Amino acid sequence: MQKMMEKRALELLADGTVSRVLGWSAGEFPYDMTPAVFETAEELQDGFVYNDFCGANLSKYLIKESRKEGKILVFLKPCDTYSFNQLLAEHRIIRDNIYVIGIECYGKADVEKLKAMGLEGITGIYMKDGEYTVETVYGSQTVKAYEAMAERCLACKSKKHVVYDELIGEDGEVVTDCNRFDMVEQLEAMTPEQRFAFWRGELSRCIRCNACRNVCPACSCEQCVFDNPNSGVAQKAAVNSFEENMFHIIRAFHVAGRCTDCGECSRVCPQNIPLHLLNRKFIKDMNAFYGEYQAGEDPDKKPPLGTYTLGDREA
Amino acid sequence: MQVTEYKPKIVAFCCNWCSYAGADGAGSARLSYPEEVKIIRVPCSCRVNPMFILRAFQRGADGVIIAGCHPGDCHYTSGNYFTRRRMALLFSMLDYLGIERERTRVEWISAAEGAKFSKTMTEFCATVAALGENKRLEDLRCKK
Repeated sequence: MQKMMEKRALELLADGTVSRVLGWSAGEFPYDMTPAVFETAEELQDGFVYNDFCGANLSKYLIKESRKEGKILVFLKPCDTYSFNQLLAEHRIIRDNIYVIGIECYGKADVEKLKAMGLEGITGIYMKDGEYTVETVYGSQTVKAYEAMAERCLACKSKKHVVYDELIGEDGEVVTDCNRFDMVEQLEAMTPEQRFAFWRGELSRCIRCNACRNVCPACSCEQCVFDNPNSGVAQKAAVNSFEENMFHIIRAFHVAGRCTDCGECSRVCPQNIPLHLLNRKFIKDMNAFYGEYQAGEDPDKKPPLGTYTLGDREA
Repeated sequence: MQVTEYKPKIVAFCCNWCSYAGADGAGSARLSYPEEVKIIRVPCSCRVNPMFILRAFQRGADGVIIAGCHPGDCHYTSGNYFTRRRMALLFSMLDYLGIERERTRVEWISAAEGAKFSKTMTEFCATVAALGENKRLEDLRCKK
């Protein structure tokens, strides 16, 4: 897969269709893949990487990149294409400056899960027949894919690319039985005391690093409420550990109706807070109250909070 | 030692064109409503940013009620329809986080419904008082 992508990127760079390539390169560790822009064929040959650790959604980077000189090539996984479409609907990215190559995806590995299994010195990974083969400095080992897959991939909502200029690999289908609301339903079944205890436990770990906001493709405001010192929710020392709950409620509400459920917030959280459960609650409610809606699926469809009907349910 | 009776703190956002006048109507008709209710006048129920409600809870409110014009009667044509959608989602989310659903409410009260205003507020106060203090979202940083 990496070879095919690299070859195609080199061709497009050589014939002048694009002048830059947005992909992934190895970060600090071989399993820590970082989004990167490649400008020349040499850079691409040296640094370009694609494997099952490349979970990062590249669409948000296009807000800045699509405003630069020349066309940029971007590789998007199916879930990333939803974010791309949503950004397009919000006029945040310039479509004409982007060449989208859709790439197939069967679920990305969660390195934390691999580490929890006792794997050390991880250097690489590839998937074959429902199993990840993890290469480590101590030799390679195979693990069942569902045991090491990121939570968001286990509950994958769609393997279909909603936007692309060309595809590498096969286009999939929308997954209808993804059960992504299971955990939300479990929480809903609890008593308010239990729910509060659950969220207090989770959100008290928040260190307010803002990684969830910074990575979120829906959080693309140039001026963010959390940077406004007069908002009351700007970064300041918390008196008790649970006070960052406001940040998460407000953020979830700000992206309600625009969140495509890409799961980046939970992926980047250094404290492993299941932030996607907040967003999924809104998605579930909107589906239940105002009809099925998937942000990013159809850029021409009106978002639930941007419209109303006379017979809406009472609040 | 004197034991003071517990009184909940209630914040009521009232639309200038209906519920606020409704409260006035209640006064003219000599109908009482609990003193715990602190009214904040807004130009439209739609003016209520969800953050206002969170802020009220942050600062120790026990219950928040939004009173606006009946659907179809909005002074600005459609404001209350948006309020309805927003608050349905926000209140459901607060419930999901463990803030009882009974602590939040949206009511439609017109300028002529002084009696309804008085009745709604009395009832809401009693409900919130029964739930007791709400410390769950309190943020000590916001205490002045």
